[in-house]
Amino acid sequence: MGTIIFFDAVRTAIGPTAAAYALLAIGLNMHFGYTGLLNFGQVGFMLVGAYGVAISVATFGASIWVGMVVGVLAAVLLALILGVPTLRLRADYLAITTIAAAEILRLITRNTGSEPVTGGVFGLRQYAGGFYDVNPIPPGSYLGPLGLSEGRVWIMAVSWGLVALFTLLLWSLMRSPWGRIIKSIREDEDAARSLGKNVFYYKMQSLVLGGVIGAIGGAVFALALQTVQPDTFLPQVTFFAFAILILGGTATWIGPIVGAFLFWFIIAGMQSGLRRFSDAGMLPDFFGSQAIGAVTLTFVGLLLMLLMIFRPQGMFGNKQEMQLDVK
Amino acid sequence: MSSDPVDGGTPTSTNPLEGVSPEPGVAKPDPVLVIDGVRRSFGGVKAVDVDHLEIQRGLITGLIGPNGAGKTTLFNLMTGFDTPDAGTWEFNGRSIAGVPAHLVARRGMVRTFQLTKALSRMTVLENMQLGATGQVGERFLASLLPPVWRKQERDITARADALLERFKMDHMRDQHAGTLSGGQRKLLEMARALMVEPEMVMLDEPMAGVNPALTQSLLGHIKGLRDDEKRTVVFVEHDMDVVFDISDWVVCMAEGAIIAEGTPAQIGQNPAVVEAYLGATHGQAPIRRKRREAKGTT
Repeated sequence: MGTIIFFDAVRTAIGPTAAAYALLAIGLNMHFGYTGLLNFGQVGFMLVGAYGVAISVATFGASIWVGMVVGVLAAVLLALILGVPTLRLRADYLAITTIAAAEILRLITRNTGSEPVTGGVFGLRQYAGGFYDVNPIPPGSYLGPLGLSEGRVWIMAVSWGLVALFTLLLWSLMRSPWGRIIKSIREDEDAARSLGKNVFYYKMQSLVLGGVIGAIGGAVFALALQTVQPDTFLPQVTFFAFAILILGGTATWIGPIVGAFLFWFIIAGMQSGLRRFSDAGMLPDFFGSQAIGAVTLTFVGLLLMLLMIFRPQGMFGNKQEMQLDVK
Repeated sequence: MSSDPVDGGTPTSTNPLEGVSPEPGVAKPDPVLVIDGVRRSFGGVKAVDVDHLEIQRGLITGLIGPNGAGKTTLFNLMTGFDTPDAGTWEFNGRSIAGVPAHLVARRGMVRTFQLTKALSRMTVLENMQLGATGQVGERFLASLLPPVWRKQERDITARADALLERFKMDHMRDQHAGTLSGGQRKLLEMARALMVEPEMVMLDEPMAGVNPALTQSLLGHIKGLRDDEKRTVVFVEHDMDVVFDISDWVVCMAEGAIIAEGTPAQIGQNPAVVEAYLGATHGQAPIRRKRREAKGTT
């Protein structure tokens, strides 16, 4: 039974959902890890990316590629709308605005009046065909014991490819003079200003870039699930992405990837284990099938607490750097 | 303007302000910064109320005054970190009223902070490199093409290394700035400000919390800004020995207004200054009277 649970965990941890969350966390790393922007509404960018694809294709009959572009443009627009009024203010205002904006987007999407466009609470489906039509991978079962279908391998290749692409992008940005300004804003934006740097402009660039990466995570999510529903995009998704980022290590290039893998490995392993042991009658009712989700989240929360106590810098963060007094 | 005597070789040999009458708001022969009617109040408190002030080019001007006199607020207003309720000011003959802080810095007026702002989780070298202006690699797309900015980066690094050596901080080059002591941070901040190549440097309490040995070297560096690099320096300081040692001209503020100006020797004997500092024992009324008198002369 151990191997079955292990394979269940691996299947999820290398799956497209984990990759989508890695993209959300990469965007947050840009915002929070490097620039110090408190974006508590990353799920809003994810929603915009997912619905950009779904609405363009399912409602307006556009091609899937047009849908992706729409999703990205919508994320740019969202970042501008959020940033213009709040980026001149203190950090907490951005946090309040983003968390509210993400909820507003979700409520508008699930509103009955929006049903002709967004499908309301039922969401949208049958938009991902165009993506799977261009799958170059021949039919079959892949990766031995994991038994993945060709469609699954295709979305995995594309989603982890995007993760690699944006990791590389952030890595090269952050070792340039542009990245130096971004980091200086995180450390002390008045100092950056006093040295002639247009802090607002750079914060805006960071907000747009991280938001676009989050939206692409949303598009991947929509393609992997082949259905979007508004209530997938609850505020807790943002906090899962934060947990992933902190687990892996903020302001590191590898943090979001390792964090996403570990996070989903633990979640899926726990769920699979609890379900199988419960089905075999080896667990008290307290942990039974009804409570599996809650027990898993409790366990993840406990792990995060232990991590914060014993390894506050995450898996790959620099502890020395973390302990330097900030401001 | 350019016919003014510039310090030749020996520092403080000829002070171009020697003959200027020591009155608040007096005109200077070659002012680089001219302030007119700048007012700023916080609630009911008038923090800054400066009718007229000129800062002479190429000299060290000390700004003194008791706590709460409005010195730092004046710095904030001049450098675009705060917006006044009224007033205009010109830098090099061009108005910089309402210009955002980063553009003020690019025009050549760079300030440091009373509470030092070292960028803790960046290395000393990165702190320095950040100061350089006009970097190609600071543009988003160009930053992705290292060949475009690599040569400029090498030049900037060389300049940063030279400054670090001058400030005797080269051995800390690759340390995180957060590991530096308070005094070293003051040094770093001053060196970093010089990376901008400013015409005028505004130092907010550069000696506060610095040990006496380091104070001497900081003083030397400030004099060097004037003597070797021909920069204008304005600095806020509470230590009168320091102020009288390095200033060519001293401006004294109290309750937001300029109450006295003059050479260090003149300021030392100015009764308005003495009262501003020791006023508590003489009661409040004399200070107000002096302020009115002072303002009446402008």
